Amino acid sequence: MSTPNVIVIGGGLGGLWATLRIADAGFPVTLFSLFEVKRSHSVCAQGGINAVLDTKGQHDSIRQHIIDTIKGGEYLANQPPVKAMCEDAPGLIRTFERMGVTFSRTPEGLLDQRLFGGVKNKRTCFAGASTGQQLLYGVDQQVRRLESEGKVVKHEWWEFLSLLLDADGVCRGIVAMELRSLEVRAFAADAVVVASGGMGQLYAPKSTTSTNSTGAAASRCYRQGAWMANAEFFQFHPTAMMGHDKNRLMSEAARGEGGRIWVPKTPGDRRPPKTIPEAERFYFLEEFFPAYGNTVARDEAARAIWTVTRQMGLGIGADGGDRVYLDLTHLDPAFIGSRLGAILEIYRKFAGVDPMTEPMEIFPAAHYGMGGLWVDFERSADGGIQPDSPRNHATNIPGLYACGECDYAYHGANRLGANSLLSASYSGRVAGESVVSYLKGLASDRGALAPAIPQAEVARQKAINTELMRAEGADTPYLIQKDLGALMTAKVGVVRSNPELESALGELQMLQERLSKARLGESSTWANQSLAFARQLRDMIELAAVVTKGALARDECRGAHYKPAFHIPIPEGTFAGDPEFEAYRNRWYANNAQWLKTTIAEHTEDGPRLSYQEVDLSVYAPTEPRDYR
Amino acid sequence: MIEQPIRLHIRRQDRPDSASYWQEFAIPGHPDHNIVSLLMALRENPVTISGQRVDPVIWEHNCMEEVCGACAMLINGVPRPSCSALVAELEQPIRLEPLPRFPIVRDLLVDRSRIDQGLKQVKAWIKIDGVWDIHEGAPRIGPGEWAANYLYSRCMSCGCCMAACPQFGPHSAFLGPAPLAQARLMNAHPTGRYDKTQRLHAIMAEGGLSDCGNAQNCVRVCPKEIPLTTAIGELGRQTTVQMLKDIFGPR
Repeated sequence: MSTPNVIVIGGGLGGLWATLRIADAGFPVTLFSLFEVKRSHSVCAQGGINAVLDTKGQHDSIRQHIIDTIKGGEYLANQPPVKAMCEDAPGLIRTFERMGVTFSRTPEGLLDQRLFGGVKNKRTCFAGASTGQQLLYGVDQQVRRLESEGKVVKHEWWEFLSLLLDADGVCRGIVAMELRSLEVRAFAADAVVVASGGMGQLYAPKSTTSTNSTGAAASRCYRQGAWMANAEFFQFHPTAMMGHDKNRLMSEAARGEGGRIWVPKTPGDRRPPKTIPEAERFYFLEEFFPAYGNTVARDEAARAIWTVTRQMGLGIGADGGDRVYLDLTHLDPAFIGSRLGAILEIYRKFAGVDPMTEPMEIFPAAHYGMGGLWVDFERSADGGIQPDSPRNHATNIPGLYACGECDYAYHGANRLGANSLLSASYSGRVAGESVVSYLKGLASDRGALAPAIPQAEVARQKAINTELMRAEGADTPYLIQKDLGALMTAKVGVVRSNPELESALGELQMLQERLSKARLGESSTWANQSLAFARQLRDMIELAAVVTKGALARDECRGAHYKPAFHIPIPEGTFAGDPEFEAYRNRWYANNAQWLKTTIAEHTEDGPRLSYQEVDLSVYAPTEPRDYR
Repeated sequence: MIEQPIRLHIRRQDRPDSASYWQEFAIPGHPDHNIVSLLMALRENPVTISGQRVDPVIWEHNCMEEVCGACAMLINGVPRPSCSALVAELEQPIRLEPLPRFPIVRDLLVDRSRIDQGLKQVKAWIKIDGVWDIHEGAPRIGPGEWAANYLYSRCMSCGCCMAACPQFGPHSAFLGPAPLAQARLMNAHPTGRYDKTQRLHAIMAEGGLSDCGNAQNCVRVCPKEIPLTTAIGELGRQTTVQMLKDIFGPR
């Protein structure tokens, strides 16, 4: 057998890390991306990447990073991978630094760290407010080096359409489409890594994600038998800028560096914010969560904004008063200029207002999917994950691996800020190492893929194209996508209820029917973007059904999944040891016994079939309810 | 309230080798549109002002917040990212054209792979032993030096500087400003400078630094205000020193 080869789908942080690790081990990698890899959504991450360096005199510890991550996700993440990730974070930072990443510095020339949400210590490395961009460019440069040495081949402008599975259900390659010539071709590979990013466009335009973050690639793997896990957990970032086309993110770093969230105490107070005296301002995060204040975990902050604007009627802004102020004007302009310059520039350019002199108007927007493709891990003797085990980051389809935002592994029910750049990088590295072990374990007499399999799959995919290009209905995919985003935002959003979720499931089916009759509006056989878009939209609606069905089934509140009908509130003013609090703890235990488990969704012709898996709680037992007060 | 329709003239081209032509559109819409959101509104119902239904306009977009570099095009004659081009600030009719000096794929979509080739030519990377932890970071970098380097690390390969450069294009082998600035960035890094000689030799070859005509267009159009001409000036001094070293040998 010749040297085994690997296909990586997606060129963000996860995909590029996996590529580097596999190519470094001597296995050729072919990298597929919808666009030039350095345009991947990783560049949009702003605030930073978590790693315990303990250089700020706060006695920070890796143990604390592990606990913060586990509790931030309300215990839903399997704990060994979380432990291993937090332990490896400082080493990843050192590696990034060697790549030349322009991390911000202390006066002594060392890596600086700042405060982020859901934690009490400064633990976040950053490069101004463009950390994701800088980290991605670091690995992009390394991949380019390997490309110039002939170890990596990039297929940019190619879209992954489906997996090639052999008679035993083992992944042996992919079928992809060139987005200019529309050529559909099969590519054989001994292993495939999918690193296709998130699915935030399910909520477009009320999402902070890039327009290519559709989740379509993950959905295609799901349709072919890969399990989706915990898809109902979707993070709404508390501080995004209003926009008709996109809700642009204003990093949590703005609050980490001292920014404060407030609304006027009087409903309908329309005075310019700077003229409203301190005593007439309601700094609600500081009041609701005195211990964490403005840097409380994102799910709590997003819900607090929802409560203040929708229930208390204190929101600002013309369109129904759904916004609150994010105020930096009390901070030193030179300091925030150097620490947050990139996001201040975004606000200035798109809102036409300078956040150094006027408070920003922000509100929650769909941001990050905690759930995604199910991946395995092998627990090591020390309670982390076994290095080089081929099980780590393997999906349930042999030979198919997943890493980055498209997997479900690290964040449980809610992700902490600055843990996504960490999990994307770490999971990419681990997936790469795992694939290398898988390749080394392959039998040397393994037969080639029967040629009939790729031939049939290419023909099937071409037929889908022909059919889509022939359709002549009244709808266009662009209009249907708008309806999908509006539906998901209204009925599968920050606050959920079973009647609305049930109606959403029905409406999703109607959208799929409308799409099957929609016309593309163009028949060009060259760079036909409507064709690619229609194909993605079909897979997005399928994924939306997985999110919705998972949410409907889960009758509880956990992290980002919030159903008020099943809310178990902490009795106000009570703490551990108080009888009322202990009674609450017992109810919390009982709820965990029923719901502290991973949702698994399997594709069937009748829609997703749900089952549940035990969570590995071997590192930090769930005895303490999450409490940010 | 009925908004004034937004008037657009778009230069279109069906294939890389076909002739280009103009189409005019009037799009009802929010006054707070940017060019990407306007083109998104247009693709929902692509009808020209003369009532002709046409193919949706093809262009590239992704982040919509001026950090991925995908959506650059020529807007009223100026190369710039279209997501941050606000309609309210543009003279109408707004003229949209593909980024010049790059091969056209279709409509406003161009092929910018020459930026990538340039980055390979100048070896815009730091050579590391491998992507594993060696239990040591890179040498310290003072905050002042960091601030100077950070400006260059924000280059998103949008290609605006190249589109504005009279020396760059299909007629010449000139690398263009973006890859040159990355050579400057890598040469400044405490371990990246180990390969400084190789990078300088790369930019002393054909298509290198001496092809810069000093038009200074690049620095005027860069959406990230990267001091491209400063980088080119610094590289000029570095290559002069290198030339002397090449002649007289290291002392």
